[in-house]
Amino acid sequence: MSQKGIVLYLHVHQPWRVSDYSIFDTASNHDYFNDQSETDRNNQKVFNKVADKSYRPMNRVLKELLDSTPDFKVSLSITGTFVEQAEKYAPDVLEDFKALVATGRVEIVAETYYHSLAFFYSREEFERQVAMHADMVKRVFGVKPTSFRNTELSYYDDIGSWAEQAGYKAVLAEGWDPILAGRTPNRPYQPPGTDSIRLLTKNYRLSDDIAFRFGNKNWEQYPLSASSYEQWLNAALNDGDIINLFMDYETFGEHQWEDTGIFEFFKSLILNWSNRSDVSFYTVTEAAESFSSAGELSMPHTVTWADSERDLSAWLGNTMQHEAMRYIYGLEHDIIRSGDMQLIGDWRKLQTSDHPYYMCTKWFHDGDVHAYFSPYDSPYDAFLYYMNAVRDVRYRLMAYHNSSHGGF
Amino acid sequence: MNILMLGWELPPHNSGGLGVACYHMSKALAMAGSSIDFVLPYKAHHPKTEFMRIHSATQLQPLHRNGMGAYDTPSTITDALHRKPTDRLTTIRDVQARYVEFVDTLVQSTKPDAIHAHDWLTIEAGIRAKEITGAPLIVHVHATEFDRAGNGYGNPIVHEIEEQGLLMADRIIAVSEITKGLIVHRYGIPADKVEVVYNALDTATLDDGYQYDHRTYKYLEFLKQEGYTVAATVTRFTLQKGLLQFMRAAAKACERYDKLVFLLAGDGEQRDELLQLSADFGIADKVFFTGFVRGQQWRDAYTVADIFVMSSVSEPFGLTALEAAHHDNALIITKQSGVGEVLSHIFRYDFWDTDKLADQLVAIATSKALQYELTENVKREYTRISWDAVAKQCMSMYATLKTGVTA
Repeated sequence: MSQKGIVLYLHVHQPWRVSDYSIFDTASNHDYFNDQSETDRNNQKVFNKVADKSYRPMNRVLKELLDSTPDFKVSLSITGTFVEQAEKYAPDVLEDFKALVATGRVEIVAETYYHSLAFFYSREEFERQVAMHADMVKRVFGVKPTSFRNTELSYYDDIGSWAEQAGYKAVLAEGWDPILAGRTPNRPYQPPGTDSIRLLTKNYRLSDDIAFRFGNKNWEQYPLSASSYEQWLNAALNDGDIINLFMDYETFGEHQWEDTGIFEFFKSLILNWSNRSDVSFYTVTEAAESFSSAGELSMPHTVTWADSERDLSAWLGNTMQHEAMRYIYGLEHDIIRSGDMQLIGDWRKLQTSDHPYYMCTKWFHDGDVHAYFSPYDSPYDAFLYYMNAVRDVRYRLMAYHNSSHGGF
Repeated sequence: MNILMLGWELPPHNSGGLGVACYHMSKALAMAGSSIDFVLPYKAHHPKTEFMRIHSATQLQPLHRNGMGAYDTPSTITDALHRKPTDRLTTIRDVQARYVEFVDTLVQSTKPDAIHAHDWLTIEAGIRAKEITGAPLIVHVHATEFDRAGNGYGNPIVHEIEEQGLLMADRIIAVSEITKGLIVHRYGIPADKVEVVYNALDTATLDDGYQYDHRTYKYLEFLKQEGYTVAATVTRFTLQKGLLQFMRAAAKACERYDKLVFLLAGDGEQRDELLQLSADFGIADKVFFTGFVRGQQWRDAYTVADIFVMSSVSEPFGLTALEAAHHDNALIITKQSGVGEVLSHIFRYDFWDTDKLADQLVAIATSKALQYELTENVKREYTRISWDAVAKQCMSMYATLKTGVTA
């Protein structure tokens, strides 16, 4: 019988944001991702800011903990668009991540290279992007992923069975109450129709205590100490084997700034946990292999880790978002056929789920979160610039095929 | 003949057609021998205005940049009439009060033979000048509050100012029969007090060495090569302009004929709603938004277009239609737009009739012959209306009023 433990999984991602790309740029310049302004559409500027606030300090913390405690383990998912930007803007950040993985106690989780919603539009394109991601992980980190997470933790039963067929040992999803229906998120489950793969469900209460509430001075638990939090973890383990703490890597230093004490909190938490003989740490795959399934868990409809709805409505909730995705995936056949790697790459960068996310108009419940994460003045601006970029991709495609048939 | 011209904007600091009309009318009047004092509410340089004296009532920057332009729907106006000027210049009413004060001082030293006030913005100043000097007051109506409000009622204080000006005026100029009808029926003014003087298109200004740059709208040029027809409008995105109905018609047209795209040049409070609507109708990739355009981008918007649509719910005149015609566009104009009164070779529709607009769009897009006939024939029409003729009409009106023969 394995020791109970925590499964810490952090998601590392940066999108290629589209500049103020106007109709006057369309068909004239083809660089949508090269904003040089002082706004948050300037990818280099954003990357450097987040690198200073989050990637560099948090990587230092993680490396120290890995060096000083023999059993600390963590899982990371790192998108292709992040790695591209790290290579371009801050190679030292990528070296830090490599050093983490080189300890052998950091698992890299598989996903789509472009952090896309391709699974919902094109299975073929989806598989190409997962393969691209695996190639990148092999090239950069020298490892082969054995677990899978889909963009924004979006999941339904088909993804579970797909992941098993693709050879993964674990797949991640949100531990959403209506789905669990009274069952604990703190044990591995089995997706319907699968043999061996395990479904790990996020303990969103305990994850969000850190990711969303930690620095909130209006929260009744503020300020949260590592020892109080540890007691909550202990309590949660009464009804399970593992606690799945899934969150954005940028929680540390970017969403929760350094002055909230987030880094000190995290270090204390990990050191205290590590000093105990009754509990342990697991990577995603280890957790799947160490515990038996608590039974079958079915998610017939898509569940994500976002917003109070836990669905895809932040990405595909209004007509602009649907239009944008319809146009971009509508190009798949002709784009792939072109074989033009630059064009294909730009087309794929436009698939990153952040683009439709910026077009989200449900302002009233979750809107503040969306506004905070959007580099545009409004969802309409996001849509406008994106559409012009899509048009330019069409233009380049037509120029490439040099033909007058088909749509524009 | 000394004319006190009370205006709110002049090119290049104009937010719409009011400034353009005031400029050309003043120029033509000056060429016909008038001496003109033109009062503006802001201070800026206006090139090619040596033919008249420009007075700035305040030291403010051009007003359209800070929401006090000639077309900003003044929904927040609550200050009553005849308010005293204060040190503040933060609302349009503050600026108007200062404008009245300025004109008050100005007419102490220069007595005009006629006072020509343009729209509600300058009406109070016009009344004051008339009170002081006894010179006849001509109120020139380019738009009423009913027009600016679209289908709504508009601001009651603005209505009151308009009504007072129309009553006090010795003579009223309306830019179209549509506007005259509004003045007569909604403000209760006797029809024989109102004269229709249409705006003209100054083609000389447009033929100033302008050359189309096919790179400006390169993507649209590319689509045209692929056989697409470009239907455009150049306007402010406000309720008055009927763009939501235009969008609905665009979607209907695309159902029947795929090779149509729509260029919406301009900006305004309805932009987000229009973007959303284009997605709702599933034609977001066929609708192009430029943002506010000037200079080359503005001229090229007309040139790249094949069809110009004036979709206004209420348009006293609509000079942009003539500009579009001059750039070889076939015109589709609502029956609620005054410019249609001087044109025959156009398609007309009621602003709400989206089926009809869709039909007309498809008809032109699918028939080169139809497009050619509309484009060529309308040119012969707008060249018949000139600013010189407008100046003549005004001069004879001033002369009649000066000799005391009032209507």
